[in-house]
Amino acid sequence: MSDEISKSNVSRRRLLQGVGAVAGAGIGLGIGESKRSLFPAPAVWAQDAKVLRYLSTATNQSPDIVKKAFEDTGIKIEYVTVTTDDVTKRVITQPSSFDLVDTEYFSLKKLVPSGNLLAMDAKKIKLFDKITPVITKGQLANGKVIGDQGTAPKKVMFVEGKGSTKFATEMTEWATLIPTTYNADTLGIRPDLIGRPINSWAELLNPQFKGKASILNIPSIGIMDAAMVIEATGQHKYADKGNMTRAEIDMTTKVLTEAKKAGQFRAFWSDFNESVNLMSSGETVIQSMWSPAVTAVRSKGIPCVFQPLKEGYRSWASGFAISKAVKKDDLAYEFVNWFLSGWAGAYLNRQGYYSAVLDTAKANMEPYEWAYWMEGQPAAKDIHAPDGTVLEKAGSKRDGGSYDERMGAVACWNAVMDENDYMVRKWNEFIAA
Amino acid sequence: MADQIVAARGRSKVPKVAATRRPWAISAQLQAAPLALVFIVFFVIPLGIIVLVSFLDYNDYAILPTLTTRSYTETFEGCIDQLPDVCTILKTYATTAQFCFAVWLLTLIIGFTISYFLAFHIRSTTTQIVLGLLCTIPFWTSNVIRMISWIPLLGRNGLINQILMGAHIISTPIEWLLFSDFSVMLAFVHLFTFFMVVPILNSMLRIDRSLLEAAFDAGASGWQTLWHIVVPLTKPGIVIGSIFVVTIVMGDFITFGVMGGQQIASAGKIIETRLNALQFPPAAANAVILLAVTLVVISLLTRLVDIRKEL
Repeated sequence: MSDEISKSNVSRRRLLQGVGAVAGAGIGLGIGESKRSLFPAPAVWAQDAKVLRYLSTATNQSPDIVKKAFEDTGIKIEYVTVTTDDVTKRVITQPSSFDLVDTEYFSLKKLVPSGNLLAMDAKKIKLFDKITPVITKGQLANGKVIGDQGTAPKKVMFVEGKGSTKFATEMTEWATLIPTTYNADTLGIRPDLIGRPINSWAELLNPQFKGKASILNIPSIGIMDAAMVIEATGQHKYADKGNMTRAEIDMTTKVLTEAKKAGQFRAFWSDFNESVNLMSSGETVIQSMWSPAVTAVRSKGIPCVFQPLKEGYRSWASGFAISKAVKKDDLAYEFVNWFLSGWAGAYLNRQGYYSAVLDTAKANMEPYEWAYWMEGQPAAKDIHAPDGTVLEKAGSKRDGGSYDERMGAVACWNAVMDENDYMVRKWNEFIAA
Repeated sequence: MADQIVAARGRSKVPKVAATRRPWAISAQLQAAPLALVFIVFFVIPLGIIVLVSFLDYNDYAILPTLTTRSYTETFEGCIDQLPDVCTILKTYATTAQFCFAVWLLTLIIGFTISYFLAFHIRSTTTQIVLGLLCTIPFWTSNVIRMISWIPLLGRNGLINQILMGAHIISTPIEWLLFSDFSVMLAFVHLFTFFMVVPILNSMLRIDRSLLEAAFDAGASGWQTLWHIVVPLTKPGIVIGSIFVVTIVMGDFITFGVMGGQQIASAGKIIETRLNALQFPPAAANAVILLAVTLVVISLLTRLVDIRKEL
């Protein structure tokens, strides 16, 4: 059903996107309100309003998804927009302020023991068996096992029972999160300002880029990037980069501190827009980055590459969970099932993310789009972002190649360490140095 | 009424016992009650909770109901065994204090000058009001926007560097304009000078002009008048403005973050990092430490001037 609608409405959607983007820049709520008058839906009003409060970061939200979900299911999404850290804070301190949360797997080590999330019943998720094995088993569809250092999703994917606060070691029917998006992150570079090939994480701390490098100031992720650099330079081999010992944390922050004192970093960033600004203004030429941020720089007409590196990627994944205070869990399941049914997946794939159920997303994408985004083939036609801007001219290839190449080269996952508390203290020392 | 004022000053010869027996003493307490209540509910009680939380234990996702001094000991970790190296917390407070002092000095000099101009050089009240309002214009937009608007100006490829390079004054861009101590200081002065202007101007406007005339008649030079008459009489304004500026800079983390490229530590930033990592007790402990330090600074400032007397 959704296939047909989305295909026949492509041009209308493109038209509306301009309006939606302006009206909805940042305020999901506002959109919902304006839509009431534009598309009155009496059938829905007659029943209980189908409203779902959706907590996540801005990166995981889009007015287009709100609109399409409403068209298809009658569910009105109310976005609650906060930062990565605040998602965790909200779940733990105010579980009744949202129904559905889109959060990252690595925060589960904090969220699940707090008991504020309900496990998702896999039996109620129609496409559960189709969810990519990258998340559930830590391997590609062809069976290739990928890196699982850090909080790999498979380690925290299941709990023992519905109300359980303990992770299960094997697959159960109680999933902590139903995946929405995931990706493999690496360093973003400005090829025009660097002018030579970059192929190793070690380049982040290369003195050649003194005063022009940046990492992110979210300790649990920043330290992973630093660990990738340290392994790349051969200074140390971690047993698990996502779960360091105190000695390893000391050593890692020491390396960072020395680089900082030598003036390596131009700035640190902690949100998407900061990283885009640093890169597009040329303040930095090499930095940790998120894939949509690279896309954002590039759509300004500034060359920016999400550079594949020989040591591999630092990966992340996010997914849906419902609050223990939720009263409308049927609604939440209905929305999650819709989300996995393809339209949203295709939408996310077109932004450079990867979706949880690939088959349905594929059915919602043009074959040339699928070939470009997922198979690493040269674009047969111009590639457009969901908002209609041209991302790539025909003939270009995706950085890092196909899905299998990129996800197959994952070295570690974003993590919360056992020594998280100590790490945060050391990170403060690094900032103060 | 007169009795009341005398009693309030606390220097009256009227015995206190006698004062409280009067019927109006109760009504005075009643009058003060609403504000006292607001203070208790929104200030004293939350503060008490913060102090309590700072002594609780914690794990990754919860505050544990066990009393401990862990948050404090870990905050001061390494302060003794790292010697002669300075530990993080002291280093951070040293940086914060330096910024505080520099910003205070700059805003004081600039704010005093502006106020002096407004108070003594502008004759008409209307012009005074108009110019005073002009000073508030920057406050019509948010703090963060006022900060961020500096970035395109100061950046490596920003306006200033482009102009200087275009005029062949420099050949490579100046790096320290942005994400440096300089840019943080600039933003602070830009943001907070007004907090100095208002109380200083207020004090200056209340100076009796005949005193200035008397000084002139007695043959005082401009500097002598300034130093012996204007400055002493402006002291309360200076102290109040200083309290504003000092407390804001001590607790700030946004300006340090945005303008310093997140690279400069401040007392406020430590609290922010701890909060973001869901470590509420150490965040509370750091808030208590920050409060203590700020109180010391303010009590030193009020030592200089007895504000209650001057007001």
